[in-house]
Parts: sequence; structure tokens; C-alpha cells
Amino acid sequence: MQQIRVLISKEFRLEWRQRYALNGMLLYIVSTVFVCFLSFSLRRNQLTPMVWNALFWIILLFTAINAIAKSFVQERAGRLLYYYTLVSPQKIILSKIVYNTLLMLVLAGLGFGIYTLVMGVPGEGMDMPLFVVNLLLGAIGFAASLTLVAGIASKAENSATLMAVLSFPVVLPLLLMLIRVSKNALDGLDRSVSLDEIGTLLAIDAIVLVLSVLLFPYLWRS
Amino acid sequence: MKKNWWKALAVVIMTYVIWVGLLGTVPRQPILNESIRNVYFHVPLWFSMIILMLTSMIYSIRYLRKGRMDDDHISVEFANSAILYGILGCATGSLWASVTWGDPWPNDPKLNSVAVGMLMYFAYLILRNSFDDELRRARISAIYNIFAFAVFVPLIFILPRLTDSLHPGNGGNPAFGKYDMDSGMRLVLYPSVIGMTLLGVWITQLRVRLRRLRDRLDHVNDALPKAHSTAE
Repeated sequence: MQQIRVLISKEFRLEWRQRYALNGMLLYIVSTVFVCFLSFSLRRNQLTPMVWNALFWIILLFTAINAIAKSFVQERAGRLLYYYTLVSPQKIILSKIVYNTLLMLVLAGLGFGIYTLVMGVPGEGMDMPLFVVNLLLGAIGFAASLTLVAGIASKAENSATLMAVLSFPVVLPLLLMLIRVSKNALDGLDRSVSLDEIGTLLAIDAIVLVLSVLLFPYLWRS
Repeated sequence: MKKNWWKALAVVIMTYVIWVGLLGTVPRQPILNESIRNVYFHVPLWFSMIILMLTSMIYSIRYLRKGRMDDDHISVEFANSAILYGILGCATGSLWASVTWGDPWPNDPKLNSVAVGMLMYFAYLILRNSFDDELRRARISAIYNIFAFAVFVPLIFILPRLTDSLHPGNGGNPAFGKYDMDSGMRLVLYPSVIGMTLLGVWITQLRVRLRRLRDRLDHVNDALPKAHSTAE
């Protein structure tokens, strides 16, 4: 536990020292939202909830892939090797997943803020707590599955393309569930309607989390 | 010959399935009509695809645990056969859908899930090709193979059941077995699943042997020039 905490704080410090990467990601999500806003050339509140929702999650997906892709290329191979001699690989992947989840939450929060600012919220009676829970589950799932894929992609040469190709199909089940729950939240449907989807989301999160932790020890050795 | 009984079994079963499947009597259904015979070919293709994918994943796990190169060969060839079956399953399904649902690719969750699953396995092949080093390629692609199968299972078994689907057994539609599958059809369907799977294993076995031979040839070719130069 102590080791994981130290590793997480190391991730934070690393990010803080390379602030251009963090600022780059923040700017990335802001400008993507703005590009979408301009390309629809909209006044506020003109998108149907369906389009609003799909667009929001697609923006988040691309931001997540870009943000998490760098989790293994930021540090040199030699330094990673040094960490592996100090702590077990499970702790490294866990700390990276926790860190990426927090990062995703920050990015998603900022994205949501800007997005509602320029696009408005479609319809009334949005179920905010459900939406936030959904965002949280999405952040965990994205972080867990994409961190492992980033590890895989970083071992190959053409890692940027590979990252996209490998991760799209893997996160798709998760994304479909997220879109459905957030649509329910947007429409302000009764929460019992989304229970099935939330259960599936939890199950998918659990599967990718357990697999990442189980498979990572084999990954770092190569 | 003793080791090859299952190949003979595959040939016998598939001959039986094709013969009875195309000529036997089938129940008359309003929209399906004669196209119900596709049950004998379309459904078993998916069943055996899942079995082949599962086997591929098991060999990937074995590779990670034991590190034998042969397990990697077997795993990738099982994945290849699974992709072949997936494409054939899509083709037969598309044919069937254009007859019964009036659209070769209706917007159905099961079809879309399968398309995504195929993308996953194509990505697996691309991942394999992006490594030069054999050991590294085997290890990393094994990891992705396990991960992909674990995500593929909820994609194909859970998600379509949560939405409306045209397929029987999904979204409140009763499964085939409930109303229009009589016991005569089962006598062809179940053997067909076994036959298709055996055929898939046979294809895989041949391809694995080809791969092993190529591997050995590479080693021999690598060794030859050296032997030549030392002889000089």
C-alpha cells in the first residue's frame, strides 16, 4: 500500500515537472470541444440529446486515448527497468491505473464544463448524480483498459497508430454502455432503468482491471 | 491411421450435414421458408468460431506460462481459423438477412458486436506483424489475445441481450428452440457444430505444421552459409 502511494505521488510529480504534456492535454480537449462547436455552427441548445451525448463521449474517447498513450513513453526504458527491480509490476500497473483514472476525471470534468458552456444541456431534468457516477465508471474503465494497451503499444515501433487500432475495439463495449447510461441520465429517466447497464459497466470494469493486473507482469519482462 | 479417426469423423459428419441439410425435410415457417436450412451452416459457424477463439486464448495462456514457441504457433493459427469462420459466418448471415429481414446488414447489435470482434482480431494480426523479434512478438501478442477474448465475451453474449435484436433469443425474442426447431433439425444442427469444429481444428493443424516447417527451414537457411564458409 505504502509503495503504491509512493508510486502514485511519483506519477503526479512527473506530470508536474513535464507540465507541457498536461497543458497539452487540457488544450487538446478544449480545442476539440470548440472545433465540434464550430463545425456544427450552433447556437446553444440546438443538438438533440442523442447527438449531444454521442459527440461528448467521442471527444472523451479521443482525449483518453491521447492522454493515456503516453503513460509508458514518458519515462525511458532504463528507468522503468529500475522501478521493476524495486517494486512488483502489479504495483506499478495499479498505481498507473489509479493515476490515469484521476487524470481522466480531471479531463472529463473540464471537458464537461466547457462542453455544457458552449453547447448547453439538452432537455430538462438531467439526472446529475447518475451522470457523474457514469463518468466515474467510465474513467476507471478507460484507465484500466487503455493503460494495458498503452503498455502493449509502447513495445512496438509504430506505437501511435497501433494504440488507436488496438484500443478502439477493446473500449467499444464499455463506450456503448456509457453512452446508454448517460443518455438515460440526460433524459432524466428513472434510475431503475439504468441498473442493468450500471451492473454491466461494473462487470466490464472489473474484468479489464483484473486482467490488466494479471497480464502486466508478463508484459514488462519483454 | 489411429490418430486420424477424427478427420474421418469430420468428413463423415460434414457429408451427412450437407446431404441432409440440403435435401432433408424441414418445418415450414412463414418468412423463413426454405432458408431455415441456413441454421445448419450459419449457427454452427459461430459456435465453432467461439470454440476456436477459446482454444487460441488457452494456448496463449500456455505460452505465457511455459514460454514454448510451439504454443504461440498453435495460438495464432487457431485465431486465423477463427477469423476465417467469422468471415464465413458474416457471409452466410448476410445472405440469410437479405432474404428474411430484407437487408444484407441490418442495424442489429449482434452484427455490430461481431464486426467489432473481427476488428479486434485483425488488430491482433497487425500487432503481430509490427514486431521483428520472435520472442517479443509471441509474448506481447499473447497478452493482447487474452485481453481481446475477455472483452469479446461480454460484447457478444451480454450486450445484445440488453438491446432489441432481430436475432432469436435476444431482446425478448424467444430462442429458436422454443417454437420452430423440431427434433429432426437438432439431429443435424448438433452434429454440424461438432463437424465444423473438427474441420476448423484440421485446418489449424495443417497450418501449424506448415508454420513449423517454415520455422525449421529458416533455421536451416540461417545455418547453411555459416557451414559453407567454415568448409572453405
